[in-house]
Amino acid sequence: MSEIFVYVEHFQGIVSDITYMCLAQAQQIAKSNGGNVVAVLLGHNIELLSKDLFADEIITVSHDSLAEFTYDPFAAVLAKIIQDKQPGLMIFGDTSIGSDLAGGLSARLHLPLVSFCKEIKAEEGKLRFVAQICGGKIFAEGDLKECTSLVTLSPGKFKAKDGKTTTTPKVSAYSLPAFEKSRITLKEIILPSGEDLDISKEEILIGIGRGIENEDNVSLAKELADALGGELCASRPVIDQGWLSTSRLVGKSGKTIKPKLYLALGISGAPEHVESIEESEMIIAVNTDPEAPIFNIARYGTTENLLDISKELIRSIQKVKGG
Amino acid sequence: MKIVIPIQLVPDRVEEIVINKEKDGFDLEEIAWILNEFDDHAVEQGIILKEKTGVEVVVVAAGGEKSDEALFTAAAKGADRLIRVNVDFSTEKVNNHALAKIFQTIIMEEKPDLILTGVSNHNGFDGAIGALLAEYLGMPYIGYISGVDIEGMSALVLKDYPGGIKAKMEVALPAVLGISSSEKPPRYVPISKVRQAMKTGSVQEKDGDIDLAGGLIIDRMYEPEVSGRAEILSGSLKDIADRIAEIVKSQGLI
Repeated sequence: MSEIFVYVEHFQGIVSDITYMCLAQAQQIAKSNGGNVVAVLLGHNIELLSKDLFADEIITVSHDSLAEFTYDPFAAVLAKIIQDKQPGLMIFGDTSIGSDLAGGLSARLHLPLVSFCKEIKAEEGKLRFVAQICGGKIFAEGDLKECTSLVTLSPGKFKAKDGKTTTTPKVSAYSLPAFEKSRITLKEIILPSGEDLDISKEEILIGIGRGIENEDNVSLAKELADALGGELCASRPVIDQGWLSTSRLVGKSGKTIKPKLYLALGISGAPEHVESIEESEMIIAVNTDPEAPIFNIARYGTTENLLDISKELIRSIQKVKGG
Repeated sequence: MKIVIPIQLVPDRVEEIVINKEKDGFDLEEIAWILNEFDDHAVEQGIILKEKTGVEVVVVAAGGEKSDEALFTAAAKGADRLIRVNVDFSTEKVNNHALAKIFQTIIMEEKPDLILTGVSNHNGFDGAIGALLAEYLGMPYIGYISGVDIEGMSALVLKDYPGGIKAKMEVALPAVLGISSSEKPPRYVPISKVRQAMKTGSVQEKDGDIDLAGGLIIDRMYEPEVSGRAEILSGSLKDIADRIAEIVKSQGLI
């Protein structure tokens, strides 16, 4: 097997967990099929970021034009590295940065791309992809082609700790290739407002999803949260409607939560949501669809209407509290 | 100024997603198809920009007449023109690379200043339409966008990063933007307005070719095996609610 490249995603001096998961996947392939794992690190003042990446080699490109992510320079540098080194595989995290880059590079370099990838399996010297599509309801498999394949890996199968090492690998500096002036300019990074609560630190969370149906019903969920002494959070459809602030978003562009109790109301359990709640100590799911993937991760569940069960649950909790 | 919005239908995840007899793809006839939710947001963002700046909005779909309802819904919301590329998805396993090439041909004819499309589709296993399309067109791309303003020949956009962080970016037009959420929720249009649009409006039909060279081949499709399932609580509403309250109490949480 030729080399397996992993794109190192980082923000404000911290390597993203998804990068370590990608390295863990790359190491698993290397163990089965051979080949070196190479981390590709782009940025500016990035020397300290390479210290715990579990790779045989780290290729770094350091330049002030790469200080923050914008598509044009990053895609240009990666395209040159891929053309130059021709790895068997290049793995990106399935994030808002990784999917921009992998999609663009696939079209620019005419390379196949697997997105929503759960796992690359090494079988008898060949590589097969497993993509988790349709919100986790369907798996799709196929063989990877005999050229450089690009992959955006979803979290779930691999643990970040398995992509870390205490041995600093060989670091090779790669010269910044010439590229055209970027058509995209970063104007400002906007951090989440500190005014709202940090759901990643809450012990009791009531998550609401599309099944809540309309804004009026959010107040019932809030009443339930109050009865339980918890807070509300939500999946993307609810945030998109503006019914809760973006600081309460759980999932790909939002936060990862690990409460003692997560009560999921009308949440189907798409992979990007499940990956962000799987460290919850206890998940109880309410969804009228008995096939909803949320029941695969929940400890208890009911297929009753969430409004009916919420009203009844408020009464039951008040009764229990009242002794 | 002109905006083109390519849209596509995806399987309705609320309904059963039926796999074909060969177990290597969807059963296209048995699946309930709906507009990709991110494309719905792209249409809404386009209409918002039309209301702000008076841009022309052209919505493009590919496939058969199944997509007409989504097209006329966009018209009822305010889209100026509708285009359907007639390609037969029933004979070929269409992927996003092939779909992006179909849209590329139409967009090159239309010569828009801005292309808005949904940032992803849940059944797309080979990348996002927008990222692919931008490279085929030689335009810049930014995905995961939750706000767009046009200023001269630039767009000011908000890109979502993980953890609720956003980046404000300026991109020179023409450009392709992958929309994850419009700045306001997609508006509701009553079915009567959609029917009215169907009566009074028209869809411009074009021919297209399916080029499968860039995509991957799926040879096995299946529902995942479930390692664990929730214990489904039974009984009356009161029984279930009491049981949940007991469970929460047993965890020492109330």
